[in-house]
Amino acid sequence: MTSTAIPEGTDWAALLARTSFIELSARARAAALLDDGTARELCGPFDRIESPWLEPQGVVPESDDGVVVVKGELGGRPAVVIAIEQAFQGGGIGEVSGVKIAATLSLAARDNRDGTPTVAVLLLETGGVRLQEANLGLATVAEVCSALLELRALQPVVGVIAGALGCFGGMSIAAGLCTRLIMTRESRLGLDGPQVIESEAGIAEFDASDHTLIWSVDGGTQRTGTALADALVLDDVTAVRSAVIDAVGHGVPGRHRSQRIDELRALLEAVDPADPPEPADLAAVWANAVPPRGDRR
Amino acid sequence: MSRGLNWTRALADGDVGAVSPSVITADATLGDDTARLVAVVPDPKSPYHRARKGEVGLREGLSLAEAVTEAVTEDARLPDDRRRPIVAVVDVPSQAYGRIEELLGIHHALAVAVDAYASARTAGHPVITLIVGTALSGGFLAHGAQANQILALNDPGVMIHAMHKEAAAKVTLRTVDQLDELARRIPPLSYDVTDWAKLGLCDELLDVENAADPTGEDVRKAKDALTAAVGRARSGPRDLGNRLTSPGARQTRTASRRIREALAAQWK
Amino acid sequence: MQTLNYEFPADSLSGRRAHVGVVGSGDLEILMIPEPTGVARVRVRTSVDGFDTVWRTVLERFFARHGVAGSFELNDFGATPGVVTLRLRQAVEEGRA
Repeated sequence: MTSTAIPEGTDWAALLARTSFIELSARARAAALLDDGTARELCGPFDRIESPWLEPQGVVPESDDGVVVVKGELGGRPAVVIAIEQAFQGGGIGEVSGVKIAATLSLAARDNRDGTPTVAVLLLETGGVRLQEANLGLATVAEVCSALLELRALQPVVGVIAGALGCFGGMSIAAGLCTRLIMTRESRLGLDGPQVIESEAGIAEFDASDHTLIWSVDGGTQRTGTALADALVLDDVTAVRSAVIDAVGHGVPGRHRSQRIDELRALLEAVDPADPPEPADLAAVWANAVPPRGDRR
Repeated sequence: MSRGLNWTRALADGDVGAVSPSVITADATLGDDTARLVAVVPDPKSPYHRARKGEVGLREGLSLAEAVTEAVTEDARLPDDRRRPIVAVVDVPSQAYGRIEELLGIHHALAVAVDAYASARTAGHPVITLIVGTALSGGFLAHGAQANQILALNDPGVMIHAMHKEAAAKVTLRTVDQLDELARRIPPLSYDVTDWAKLGLCDELLDVENAADPTGEDVRKAKDALTAAVGRARSGPRDLGNRLTSPGARQTRTASRRIREALAAQWK
Repeated sequence: MQTLNYEFPADSLSGRRAHVGVVGSGDLEILMIPEPTGVARVRVRTSVDGFDTVWRTVLERFFARHGVAGSFELNDFGATPGVVTLRLRQAVEEGRA
């Protein structure tokens, strides 16, 4: 599904030796990030806390509602990984899955206040609010954002978007609130997916069949290039784990991305909406408007 | 006609100001407090052509954050229980669906607004949402959904949802009729504000005479309700925990309560 | 969506409970709990209606060969008979591991 050609300088040995992260299930991805032998799943399949709203609509539920919560250690520090299963209902967030994420973040914040410095990692493969649970999905996404902000003030909350499904809808806002955000070249981040925009605004606004366009706007390379994400990694278990440990190591910044209101103003003022730059030129326009920070990469 | 503009004007003590053409603010006396009202309104001349009808777009996300943060900064020296109420007057058709919006990272602009509202709430500002029209999807997440208290007019023109009906039907592979039929049995799917109010997210539903253009009596009623909401916000939690303990949530969100309890029990 | 219930004679015991698969396109999840009851009780919730006899045949064949006693919950999103059998085998193997 990658839209771009393999760039020059690709490390073929690394590419061939890798173990894909995104091809693992959410459960396996969560466990793969944590230190060996430390992973313990909470509210797993046998707790059977399913969505109460799907079966009455004729939709088969999943025993974990598509969100896997695993506690353990990450580089020797207490951590919790929250992984969204993109194969179940497109990673859509419903009542149970949303509260699972929000409650986990709140519990991690409570740990921090009680003296256990717990960090959180969010694996954000999601289309956003699950429309079969509409208003409760929307409500829980607001609760996720609130709990994320509560924890983010105390310890890093690292977001990872690894797959081509990407992170869209309300959960893209949660991605924007993360302390640091890690993406792969195959992954995407945006509020509204190309199909939604095309159906709302027409093909002239956004051609949802144009993969080059889509990845030039939403893709991991573009998002890291324009500093809306922080690190671009190979879709490889070891590479993602190293990037997450590195992101955690940066600690809690003085001002988070979503607190830099003045910078957002400068970025918007640097672009004429009537004559926007080509996606490929945006990084340079913005670097000029807001000089890159030292610790950015 | 904009309900957001009409209600903001009606509630305001004096003039209505503008952070940008589409984000307006005003002060309104609520009991002993002077609250800051914030609303998103249509800007037919917006250079962002997908954000001309009151949608929350890039500039709106930024302006909302600026409006809210200004009040927070000004009140930073006050004791946190004396910080002014912030009232989000909500009538937003949706977020802005557009290419330039995605290119420039509208998700980030909305995150900046969400951050500002949530930070105001945790700093002790009572954040109250008054839904006077539509409150849809990302537009509502950025403007209204982070409030301590949510009030809505009990009016057919008030609609709170994750996606408008036609699009939701398309995405879930159903017809609008099928969606309506399901919504009668499944409360979170309903587009009716009285069903939404049963989900535990609504702190008061207000009956008014003219929801589109409030009468003097409507304004008095809304101010009383907002004043009461400010009192509840000041004495209540600063996170969104009350949404799970409300009478509605005890009925409807039993799964939420169950997962919360189970996670807490298994945490250690 | 359809819910189907079956029982098959089963006398062997798998070690511990097991969970495999996801409720994603062409796949299913299985929750297996071994129980010394002499039967395999199977509940299938499937997104595809009208395949009762196919399910019976596939499950009958599986439990005739691996007569694992216990409860099996299958949450199916359109898996083929081949995938169903593969996932059942995985569940039994994981239970033994």
